[in-house]
Amino acid sequence: MADNTTPTREPARRVFATELNDATFTFKESEDDRAPVYVLLPTGEQANRVFVVGTLTETEDVGRDQEYWQGRVVDPTGTAFVYAGQYQPEAAGALRELETPTYVAVVGKPRTYETDDGTVNVSIRPESITVVDESARSRWVTEAAERTLDRLGALDSEGNEYGVRAQEEYDVDPSVYQSAVVEALESLDELDAEAEPAEDLSSGP
Amino acid sequence: MSDIQTAARDIHEEFTDHLDIDLEDVSARLERLVSEYKVPLSEARRSVENHYLDEAGLERDDLASGSEEEVSIADVNQPEQWISLTAQVVDLWNPRSDAVGQVGLLGDETGTIKFTAWAKSDLETLEEGSVYRLENVVTDEYQGRYSVKLNKTTEITEVEDEIEVGDDDSTMDGALVDIQSGSGLIKRCPVEGCTRVLQNGRCSEHGDVEGEFDLRIKGVLDDGKSVQEVIFDHEMTEALTGIDIETAKEMAQDALDTTVVADEMEETVLGRYYRVTGPVMGRYLLANEVEELTEPVDPDDVLIQARSM
Repeated sequence: MADNTTPTREPARRVFATELNDATFTFKESEDDRAPVYVLLPTGEQANRVFVVGTLTETEDVGRDQEYWQGRVVDPTGTAFVYAGQYQPEAAGALRELETPTYVAVVGKPRTYETDDGTVNVSIRPESITVVDESARSRWVTEAAERTLDRLGALDSEGNEYGVRAQEEYDVDPSVYQSAVVEALESLDELDAEAEPAEDLSSGP
Repeated sequence: MSDIQTAARDIHEEFTDHLDIDLEDVSARLERLVSEYKVPLSEARRSVENHYLDEAGLERDDLASGSEEEVSIADVNQPEQWISLTAQVVDLWNPRSDAVGQVGLLGDETGTIKFTAWAKSDLETLEEGSVYRLENVVTDEYQGRYSVKLNKTTEITEVEDEIEVGDDDSTMDGALVDIQSGSGLIKRCPVEGCTRVLQNGRCSEHGDVEGEFDLRIKGVLDDGKSVQEVIFDHEMTEALTGIDIETAKEMAQDALDTTVVADEMEETVLGRYYRVTGPVMGRYLLANEVEELTEPVDPDDVLIQARSM
């Protein structure tokens, strides 16, 4: 349904934390300074925006002179790191004020930075961080699982240049992401089983 | 046969379906430009063609010949096609330009499509609610949305049929990932028929005006595969956010700032999943229905797929 006659905004990729944290290779499609920066997902797709839903477990102001907020957003496969400073005032405000733990939805740009020891870390520079409920979180886990399987299924398809590139740039065996999908979905099933008998007690704020 | 005569025959051929065109008249026009005014033949030909295009109320692109056939509105998927439609006039709008005679919406069982009739084509006036057979209309496209243009050669015949106009609504499920500027509590130009959204109290057409408050959200719905820009009007914004216009005005008054309304709306709706239904106009889906998706989804099918890979 996307309108391909206007320069389109790209979909926000649904990526589990374990895959996002491995997506250390970045590139641009043009020389222009303002051209979007992409991370290359190891399952073979470019991402200039991601959408993740998970549990915000900790927030911390890690800035020296100015506020610079770090948030840990946990999904069934791992932890994604979110950083917001003065140029993301709304997201920084959310990280400052939100009580943890809580379910949050994060829309943002994937970014990489190299630490002093040469490790490349991946994080999200948020455009928005909003509180959501458990239904949104479960829906996201299922959706991220589907999109990850879609990417894995297309990894070796003819003409998938990002698939080729991902296999050149990354040493990881893509089957680890398939295992992550299985684990994530199984964790939902377990949650359902636990949640049913305790339904009357589950009405929190 | 001279070059001029060959060119004249070509032109005659191009226009004979659209105009009562006389070969001698074509030759004379070419001859005059080439012999009398020393215009190169190619340029003379262009000029004469333009004359007839004008007379027929056509654009140059319209000359791309194609067999003109009766089609359903939902099947219109290419610009610059000559087609015929049988359709009901669903809605007539006020033309924004003097060049436009009539503009509005046609509908058949398969959907609706915008139509424009040029003033200079001098066509029979279409009545809202009536059904017409329209022969020789030309399709057009703007930002992915198709329309038809009625022109001088269009034959209009009123027919007695009743048409049950179908809707061409789209439905999309996705997460609302962005709310764009111009959302929340906005002010619109009060000039009749204008309704433009004011920027800093100014209408781009009517200048400084005393605006009228309205609620709106321009949002982006994203399912991870595609994105769709969505407009929620006053009523839909209220349904989506639970904020009505009186509450919004109070919020803005308390904060001495209208942007607090959009901020509050973002906190309420961003990152949540919705099913939105409505017609797609250009790049926007105009929401008629919105429902938050809170039902649990069953992961089992995906799990089976994941295990079997």
